[in-house]
Amino acid sequence: MIQISVFLENKRGKLAEVTKVLAEHGIDMCAISIADTTNFGILRIIVDDPEKALRVLRQAGYTVNTTEVLAVEVPDRPGGLNRVLDILSKGDINVEYLYSFVRRPAERALILFKVNDLKMAKEILMRENVSVLTEDDVNDLCSK
Amino acid sequence: MIRSREWFTHGIKEGVAGMYWDKVHECMDRQQLRELQSQRLVETVRRVYHNVPYYRQRMQEMGLVPEDIRGIEDLPRLPFTTKQDLRDNYPYGTFAVPMSEIVRIHASSGTTGKPTVVGYTRKDIITWSELMARTLVCGGTTKDSVIQVAYGYGLFTGAFGVHYGAERIGASVIPISGGNTKRQIMIMKDFGTTVLACTPSYALYIAETMEEMGIKREELKLQYGIFGAEPWSEGMRREIESKLGVSAIDIYGLSEVIGPGVASECQYKCGLHIFEDHFIPEIVDPETGEVLPEGEEGELVITTITKEGLPVIRYRTRDISALNYQPCRCGRTHVRMKKVLGRTDDMVVVRGVNVFPSQIESILMEIGQTEPHYLLVVDRINNMDVLEVWVEVSNKLFSDEVRKLEELNRRITSEIQSTLGLSVRVKLVEPKTIERSEGKARRVIDRRKL
Repeated sequence: MIQISVFLENKRGKLAEVTKVLAEHGIDMCAISIADTTNFGILRIIVDDPEKALRVLRQAGYTVNTTEVLAVEVPDRPGGLNRVLDILSKGDINVEYLYSFVRRPAERALILFKVNDLKMAKEILMRENVSVLTEDDVNDLCSK
Repeated sequence: MIRSREWFTHGIKEGVAGMYWDKVHECMDRQQLRELQSQRLVETVRRVYHNVPYYRQRMQEMGLVPEDIRGIEDLPRLPFTTKQDLRDNYPYGTFAVPMSEIVRIHASSGTTGKPTVVGYTRKDIITWSELMARTLVCGGTTKDSVIQVAYGYGLFTGAFGVHYGAERIGASVIPISGGNTKRQIMIMKDFGTTVLACTPSYALYIAETMEEMGIKREELKLQYGIFGAEPWSEGMRREIESKLGVSAIDIYGLSEVIGPGVASECQYKCGLHIFEDHFIPEIVDPETGEVLPEGEEGELVITTITKEGLPVIRYRTRDISALNYQPCRCGRTHVRMKKVLGRTDDMVVVRGVNVFPSQIESILMEIGQTEPHYLLVVDRINNMDVLEVWVEVSNKLFSDEVRKLEELNRRITSEIQSTLGLSVRVKLVEPKTIERSEGKARRVIDRRKL
């Protein structure tokens, strides 16, 4: 799963400038998260067309990178996320950060993980029958 | 008569045509060169003493008559000339010929008051063309080159110097001048430009604009870049070379001396050969004016020994460099000046420490091949000088993890601090936050009200 990461200065209106660029190019966001510090922020988004998003944002002059993240679907009920984290922790996988979004009416939550070892994390989750989503799965969710 | 010596041709392939423009002078025996310099210096001193009241007065104040200067060994006895001295005699007071002999006038930008005015006789223009032909050949230009002159044409000397030198060689000149970057790129592509001449910061700006336009370096025919008029680091050279696909050559000059054409790197890029049959360089301590030994860093001082319109005696360039008299692999015998490290007046003094933007630039380049877009902001808060360094975050430096960006910030901070011995605050900023210039890059903002 490709995540788009954008460097932002911690200033008023900066986020809106980015979302405007995406809107103007008809790019759909499925998930969004912002990490912030006193001076700067990092915007992380999952979009329907990451290649295009990368291109248009770079053209607009932003510092943009792509990152491989893990998309996992969990039941939206107590313990749903905990089970996944447990498996990862037992498998000695470090989670750098995560964010999520919940979809109704499906009542499943989509969790996006940045981990230190993506391949291994995918393997052990699938072994435990956790549903790891592909790009297409997420796009489907997005467009529904 | 010129004797040939073994090492003149050492390492140079037989039959490399166009390697030198003026081999006789560029590869002159050093003893003969010294004799030539002495003779020309004596003539110059006599001329300025008799023709320029300013120089006569300065020499008289020091109890000097022209006969006291018998050769190059007497050079340190002569007084220095500063930019201020030229300004005090604004506009034509230091010219050594009547105005009827002057065929061209140029001037420095004069951002800090009156400009410095320089005049050329017909012979000076010929000398300048010759020296620029040397410079361009030194950097790889031949009569088959198509050279795009993206220095500004006008009172600034850069464009005309390159223009004349290129015509002298017989290259094809595109006198496009500075600015209008997208058009520059279109012309570069369509006209098959092989040599680009502009300031290094503008070259980088062109490269960035190309990226934005989606034009790849492979679509251009560029081979060489002739870059000068401002100090730039080795890191910046690597960046320009990789982005534009050129061999980037540093050239040196200043309008008060002749314009570009004072010194140039050869293909080995190990210092800039100063054309010593026309200029005598010295390195002095910027504070005391004392002449420093070979190899030591200090302010470059230049005496012109063939100029007619505006000869300058021991002109303080304010550029920081060092001299190396060791023979160069290219076969030229002329002394090499170290790539200019900074300017004595670009320098900001923060809490008593001399800070040159070029120091910060090298650190940034070493850390992450950062596009060297940075700005030093000096302020005084609660009677304390504060140095902030703004660094634009490039795609290469960027990470999606806060921890890594904070690490980057810490690393830049600690490397600058250990180099300068000063505490600094590093601020990571978005691309294009720092104003791009199409001429000389602005690297320092001093907000202190002193």
